[in-house]
Amino acid sequence: MPQRCAIIGSGNIGTDLMYKMLRSDELELVALVGIDPDSDGLARARKEGLEAPHSGPEWVLENSDDIDMIFDATSAYVHVRYYKQYADAGITAIDLTPAARGPKVIPPVNLYDHLEAPNINMVTCGGQATTPMVYAIRRAIDHLPYAEMVSTVSSKSAGPGTRQNIDEFTKTTSTALREIGGAEKSKAIIILNPAEPPILMRNTVFAGLPEGSDHGAVLDSVHEMVDEVAKYVPGYRLKNPPVVEEGPFNTPGGEVPHRAVVLLEVEGAGDYLPTYAGNLDIMTAAAMRVGEAVAQAKAEVPA
Amino acid sequence: MTTMGTSVDYRLIDSTLRDGSHAISHQYDADEVIAIVRGLSSAGVQVIEIAHGDGLGGSSFNYGFSKVDEKELIAKACQEAGDSTIACLLIPGIGLADDLKDVQELGVGMARIATHCTEADISEQHIKTAKKLDMEAIGFLMMAHMNSPEGLVEQALLMQSYGADAIYIADSAGAMTTEDVRRRVNALVGALDIPLGVHAHNNLAMAVSNSIAAYEEGAANLDGTSAGLGAGAGNCPTEILAAVSTKYGIETGVDPLKLMDVAEEVVRPIMPRQQVIDRAGLILGYAGVYGSFLLHAQRAAERYNVSQAEILLELGRRQVVGGQEDMIIDVALELARKHAQEEK
Repeated sequence: MPQRCAIIGSGNIGTDLMYKMLRSDELELVALVGIDPDSDGLARARKEGLEAPHSGPEWVLENSDDIDMIFDATSAYVHVRYYKQYADAGITAIDLTPAARGPKVIPPVNLYDHLEAPNINMVTCGGQATTPMVYAIRRAIDHLPYAEMVSTVSSKSAGPGTRQNIDEFTKTTSTALREIGGAEKSKAIIILNPAEPPILMRNTVFAGLPEGSDHGAVLDSVHEMVDEVAKYVPGYRLKNPPVVEEGPFNTPGGEVPHRAVVLLEVEGAGDYLPTYAGNLDIMTAAAMRVGEAVAQAKAEVPA
Repeated sequence: MTTMGTSVDYRLIDSTLRDGSHAISHQYDADEVIAIVRGLSSAGVQVIEIAHGDGLGGSSFNYGFSKVDEKELIAKACQEAGDSTIACLLIPGIGLADDLKDVQELGVGMARIATHCTEADISEQHIKTAKKLDMEAIGFLMMAHMNSPEGLVEQALLMQSYGADAIYIADSAGAMTTEDVRRRVNALVGALDIPLGVHAHNNLAMAVSNSIAAYEEGAANLDGTSAGLGAGAGNCPTEILAAVSTKYGIETGVDPLKLMDVAEEVVRPIMPRQQVIDRAGLILGYAGVYGSFLLHAQRAAERYNVSQAEILLELGRRQVVGGQEDMIIDVALELARKHAQEEK
């Protein structure tokens, strides 16, 4: 039995996710829920034969008997207001906002750790793009004193939510580099670039390598992880081969003799958003990956 | 405008300890900070800015790690400030609103919130935080050559609506001609209810003349750094700006001779290189590339055996903005690969 799903939020992310979910065998999309009856997303949902109510999260709660799982693409504020009610109604929530109420999941690192959780948080686009790399470097060495990521996204792909609370992005991402990536200290940076035509999403990961690290093993591990991510985000790739540069570098985690530099690019699948919006694509692709894994886990456990 | 009882024609903000930090790869120590703040303050400089070169929280792999924690240095600066106000700069996306709270407690009275010249709406959270903390808040639009006068007005009005007390435009690439400056300042002064400032760089040898032109068009704040210490070919040198202003009969409230002493006796001895307009510096201004890329590009060029000039020109073609220092490594690796293929 596929899981019956609703997407809440008919903006860019919600609409892009809709097209991805329409192709899924495990997830049966029932509705795209919005608040603006005239939104482009809801019009497209109606065209696909889906329910397209504009009464927001309340619609989901009223129809909770028919819904197993929701994907929240609204805002942290809305998610915080409703997340308990989703859980009380027995609905699993995959949270694409930065609300961070449930455990954070980065598919190639900890997908199977939280499949039973009533609420799963998808971190940030930059977190989805860079935490796998930090984890890949960490697993190849003794310990990782400090990791840093720089995300550059096109101005056009950065919505008002990100712009009004950019600190939330950097803080949440930085936390993921430590808690999931395994770095002892971390920093996250985001830059908006207004160039025309819009640039593809770029991410750079820097990692401090302690004395005695096996550089070959670090680079091999990075390559393997890029392949892992590319399985569910086809436009995820290395822009240049990863390199190890000589320091020393006086990091917040102590002085290290070398650093690894991983230069990544994410091209979107172009389901709804233009291909430059790899930052939005990686979020919807990761949320799909989590949703399908939850559905498979539920299928294995007879209710 | 009145400062310390004397009327001045524009307010001088010295950024030797913030923008100047790029030129010494963020290696200031406490003794240097104390000497510079004492010198500037006794010369009558109204505002002294200090932070990592890329603003609060800038210490990183991407921009270079600070030798001494910036908050320790800021605390020292506040202790030595005398009648001067201590300012910090913060770039949203790099530093956090929480950083403003920390430095306000140390005694910092002004926060300059800097964004790329088309992205003012990411500054709302930080401008409002600064105001809530009772700091003077300045909206600081970087790489102002990349936006039109009308576009800058639109962005500046956003910052004004968030509560900014003043707006700055920064010629971060030192790429503007005097005409470019006049048109922008003129449009902004006409549209804003709050004062305007200009931050100039010297890559095209225009920093002082552009600053004076900005004053003539109505700018009420001007930036400089001692001995021009700063990113690229350097900033508008504070002591030269003060000297030229005096010759024009513009009242600055600062003592040019004392500023010359600071530049000569305190700052020049710690400069690893003099601020000259060499090929790389000129290319920054000519191609419109963010000034702080200069030394990073030099290191990447040496590491990967490619040309620094080629790196800078390619960054200009890619329309890279301030903060994208990681793209320097990206471009250097691509150039190295291209050269390797050509040799085959």
